[in-house]
Amino acid sequence: MPAWAQASNGTLLAGACAGCHGVTGQGGQGVPSIRQTQNIAEFVSTMQAFRANQREATVMGRISRGYTEAEIAALAVFYARAQ
Amino acid sequence: MILSRRTVLAAGLAATSLGAPRIAHAQAGAGRIVIIGGGFGGASAARFARDNFPQLDVTLIERSRSFTTCPYGNLVLAGRRDMASITFGYERLAGRGVRVVHQSATAIDPAAKQVRLGDGAAVPYDRLIVSPGIDLRWGAIEGYDEAASARMPHGWVPALQPISLLRAQLEAMPDGGVFVMAIPDNPFRCPPGPYERISMVAEYLKRAKPRSKILALDAKSGFSKQPLFQDGWQELYPGMIDWRGVSNDGRVTRVNAANMEVETEFGEKIRGAVINIIPPQMAGRIARDAGLANQGGWCPVKPASFESTQVPDIHVLGDAAIAAPMPKSGFAASTQAKQAVACIAASLAGQPLPPAVYFNTCYSHVGKDYGISIVGVFRGTAERLVEVEGSGGISPRNATLTPERRAEHRRLEAHYADGWYESATNEMFG
Repeated sequence: MPAWAQASNGTLLAGACAGCHGVTGQGGQGVPSIRQTQNIAEFVSTMQAFRANQREATVMGRISRGYTEAEIAALAVFYARAQ
Repeated sequence: MILSRRTVLAAGLAATSLGAPRIAHAQAGAGRIVIIGGGFGGASAARFARDNFPQLDVTLIERSRSFTTCPYGNLVLAGRRDMASITFGYERLAGRGVRVVHQSATAIDPAAKQVRLGDGAAVPYDRLIVSPGIDLRWGAIEGYDEAASARMPHGWVPALQPISLLRAQLEAMPDGGVFVMAIPDNPFRCPPGPYERISMVAEYLKRAKPRSKILALDAKSGFSKQPLFQDGWQELYPGMIDWRGVSNDGRVTRVNAANMEVETEFGEKIRGAVINIIPPQMAGRIARDAGLANQGGWCPVKPASFESTQVPDIHVLGDAAIAAPMPKSGFAASTQAKQAVACIAASLAGQPLPPAVYFNTCYSHVGKDYGISIVGVFRGTAERLVEVEGSGGISPRNATLTPERRAEHRRLEAHYADGWYESATNEMFG
């Protein structure tokens, strides 16, 4: 079994994103797809912009500020792999 | 925030080990997870376990063949949705390899590690997840029992009473009638739910019975997203809604169903054309019978894993658990489910537990194209469950937004609410 505890776990963290963006981040019903974020750097910079209030948002500013750098990196890798 | 290349690489390595094919010790960590309750907590746990842990055997025990969600029931009241659109079956979950058993779980034997079913069968488990939802405290409001709830619906537990009953009463109500609501003190299922209900009833009345009024009698002095709801009520339904908190004699202590009358703490008697009583609540019976609940009727759990503090190898999820500051919401139950399953898998494999990060978003509809939200990110340690400082919170208030941006913000959040509902129900039942 994979070691889920060894680092910030993308699969587990992405469980939160799945609530609105879908199990694979596919979006739908007006919720943006996050699979379209083609690479790790783009995902990270988007989340950084949300955190800094530099990107217009409804909920994502409030959400992104709850996660650490390592967690955002783990999510970026998860969604990059989910292409 | 600057992300170092090293952080990204480290995350990449962790993810690689996740996706790696399972090798020789594939059966290490194998075990039987049994889940009681097929709502947001239980169905999410089943799906997450099936998707990510092929070594686990997953059984879901749920007495009903279909599940009607509590979320979006208020849209049925508004006349925007029908019951079929908020009702789901378990066939897809079964198709994914979850053993779905449509029986009542009647007892848990923690010593023998077995669940007893209504038909007498015993289901053995290595780890048990209990996600039973709530029971209503009949009699906590004097006179409010199951019989009274037929005349004064609660509309709070779909398995006990479909929201369509309250909808039918609203449709039959004469224009100019008063819709009276009784709202309980904390803790209760879905903290913003009563106020979304007020909003959706107001939307219907404004359209169909504009001379009608809503009187909300609340056993609390404040409520979830209060400034946002009250801004919205003033904007969309001026003069229609009267909300009375506990300091203004808002607590309903007695009802007389035959007279369609409620009585407050200080003895005021109020009649309504339609009366909606949301009574005090507690963890579902199976959890209380199994010794999982405390004296208050709710289940204490370890913040990092949602394992019961009272009975080992049993995890309690969702509305039944004591998880403050997380709300009793479907979204919260779903992220608790994923953490609990990952903890169970780790524990069966003899590995340390994953870090506990939980998440919640609750959208509420206030009117057409008018949605609001509350968001929270939470972390669980051995001792505590805390909200991450500087994150989360509610949508911005009207006064802080330009008129154009305000309309767009509310419209988008109503739209995203629908997106959440679609994604969440699709994850569980699609």
